[in-house]
Amino acid sequence: MSDGEDPRAGGASPVATVIADARLIDPDAGEERAGHVVIRDGRIAAIHGAGQSVAEIVAGLGEHRLVEARGRCLAPGIVDIGVKVGEPGERHKESYGTAGAAAAAGGVTTIVTRPDTEQCIDTPEALEFIRRRAVTAAPVNVLPMAALTKGRQGREMTEIGFLMDAGAVAFTDCDAVIADTRVAARAMTYAAGLGALVMGHPQDPGLSRGAAATSGKFASLRGLPSVSPMAERMGLDRDIALVEMTGVRYHADQITTARALPALERAKRNGLRMTAGTSMHHLTLNEMDVADYRTFFKVKPPLRSEDDRQAIIEALRDGLIDVIGSFHTPQDEESKRLPFEEAASGAVGLETMLPVLLRLYHAEDLTLPALFRALSLNPARLLGLECGRMAEGAPADLVLFDPEKPLVLDRFKLRSKSKNTPFDGARLQGRVLGTWVGGRRVHEG
Amino acid sequence: MRFDHRHLLGIEPLRPDEITTILDLAEQYVRFNRGRDKHANALAGLTQINMFFENSTRTQASFELAGKRLGADVMNMSMQASSVKKGETLIDTALTLNAMHPDLLVVRHPHSGAVDLLAQKVNCAVLNAGDGRHEHPTQALLDALTIRRAKGRLHRLTIAICGDIAHSRVARSNLLLLHKMENRIRLIGPETLMPTGIEDFGAEVFADMREGLKGADVVMMLRLQKERMDGGFIPSEREYYHRFGLDAEKLSHAAPDAIVMHPGPMNRGVEIDGTLADDINRSVIQDQVEMGVAVRMAAMDLLARNLRARPSEVMA
Repeated sequence: MSDGEDPRAGGASPVATVIADARLIDPDAGEERAGHVVIRDGRIAAIHGAGQSVAEIVAGLGEHRLVEARGRCLAPGIVDIGVKVGEPGERHKESYGTAGAAAAAGGVTTIVTRPDTEQCIDTPEALEFIRRRAVTAAPVNVLPMAALTKGRQGREMTEIGFLMDAGAVAFTDCDAVIADTRVAARAMTYAAGLGALVMGHPQDPGLSRGAAATSGKFASLRGLPSVSPMAERMGLDRDIALVEMTGVRYHADQITTARALPALERAKRNGLRMTAGTSMHHLTLNEMDVADYRTFFKVKPPLRSEDDRQAIIEALRDGLIDVIGSFHTPQDEESKRLPFEEAASGAVGLETMLPVLLRLYHAEDLTLPALFRALSLNPARLLGLECGRMAEGAPADLVLFDPEKPLVLDRFKLRSKSKNTPFDGARLQGRVLGTWVGGRRVHEG
Repeated sequence: MRFDHRHLLGIEPLRPDEITTILDLAEQYVRFNRGRDKHANALAGLTQINMFFENSTRTQASFELAGKRLGADVMNMSMQASSVKKGETLIDTALTLNAMHPDLLVVRHPHSGAVDLLAQKVNCAVLNAGDGRHEHPTQALLDALTIRRAKGRLHRLTIAICGDIAHSRVARSNLLLLHKMENRIRLIGPETLMPTGIEDFGAEVFADMREGLKGADVVMMLRLQKERMDGGFIPSEREYYHRFGLDAEKLSHAAPDAIVMHPGPMNRGVEIDGTLADDINRSVIQDQVEMGVAVRMAAMDLLARNLRARPSEVMA
């Protein structure tokens, strides 16, 4: 593909694709079954049971492509909320081209970008730039989020109305928690009036300032500045009160501690329009993985205790936590090759998310339909997207993967420009074999 | 003709028939003001003091002119430059003034309730020329007179009030008055500028201006104050104008003969399109200014009649 060419040019192919003999993961029905999928005009045109012969299906199609799945899994493509791309400002860390390629290779068909770029996405003009860049450079769907306050400074709300018109799907200041409650309340009130979705980062800004680890035995042993896990609950409690007060639609980006869960459960039971996410890292790693100050394990919020990790898995299984994201945060080698306290936070995850999360499947913590409910269906619903479903008529955003195939991850083979993954050298089971976006194949593995 | 009040502190204590009394008398003063000889003596011998604790040009001028045309001795006191700056409390200022035996005291104050407090401490008639976010009764009365003259009635009209409702005393007084006169009132504005629980005052609330204007007979725009413009309550002037600025397209959703009002001073291009404000077929903004003088003459005339009917406490 030459530079500047639209990787999705031509859009939906008029030629049908048949993915035969697949194990179909249906997160909506909460079940999996054997069958064949026909893709035409960018959508899932038909789903046939395993009983039907492929020859018969193919006979009526005319020109077509046949993909033999041989019993591998076919699931709705992942919708990843909270992806950081380096543009504008830090293109050396990640461009829309490399992020898009990483996403396609990881089975992520829609990336929902964060506004915390070097030049903050807080005006309709900046958002327009993102949209133009994304369309020409990335082979997957890109939906931008915008900042809730100007410059993520927590002082003045952004032009939420204009930003929505320009295509912002949600509003967030990311990890820059709005400390002034009055500012937060006004911005949320204004957002509520426009029906906008606000994504919060539940964290008490005072307590978490400067923290590099979760307080406890590990942080004490290593002598790291730490934050109590209660800071997450305090942040969440405040945001719940603000949601009740303003009536805004609210999504908590990452819930990572056991102690935040009862508050979340009560808020949901009381009918507040709230959803919650968590990150792939907090589901698969704990604070002990930091070991001797490995900075690739420094994420925000910091990794938690094993008890917290177990509680979050359970909350995910119960549906209390709705969404899993990679919180893909590319960092160059220089910003990680520093003492732990000074090192930048965040890890790349677009390409590794699915194989890493299959650990939960292999450990029998989650079924595949439950996993894809949190990866595809729920985030799509949250943003009002049609995708995320294994159903006739749904967009053909699909991922074909072999959940058993073993691999040893080599970070230098990642498609991201930045290689900061905590899973370098990890033994994983699961490989993405194919990714389709709007019926067009964007990855072949 | 009945008007049984010592002060005019707000619309809230007035009955519908009293409102009609003021408007009917004001109607006579409209004709009077259009005549060549604009000198009457309803307030002859009385002293009127205008005390403005907050900047005002048009309201103060309107009250001053109203008093002078009715023959009162009028004095203006700009309270921002006076003893208030030297630390005198409001009540002390009131007592000092009271000792000078004024008959009519016209007061504007930045704090809600301040004019009521002052009225309790003086023997003269007090007119509220605007207190904080609370009331601005003469503005509501002049708006009512403007509507009645333009529409031929002051009941069963659909009236949309649009803008910064939360910080507006004009909106509150108008809401009270128009509700008492049995009109249908719609409040339009961003949620951040809408006071909580305002629906309970008998108004429908809209965040979508086109929907709120649908079929309205009267469109009343409010001034958006500069200090509210940047990020605190609304994101920016341009987004506010896009959503809530009145232009010809948005106005087309109102009734075809809808009139456009604004209490002034206007921010052209923020809450109202400049051309529309100047459109003599739709805009009654200049009429409002004219009605202002007449309504204030009527209000002071009525208060003065009550003052003269009362045995003089001042002399005691």
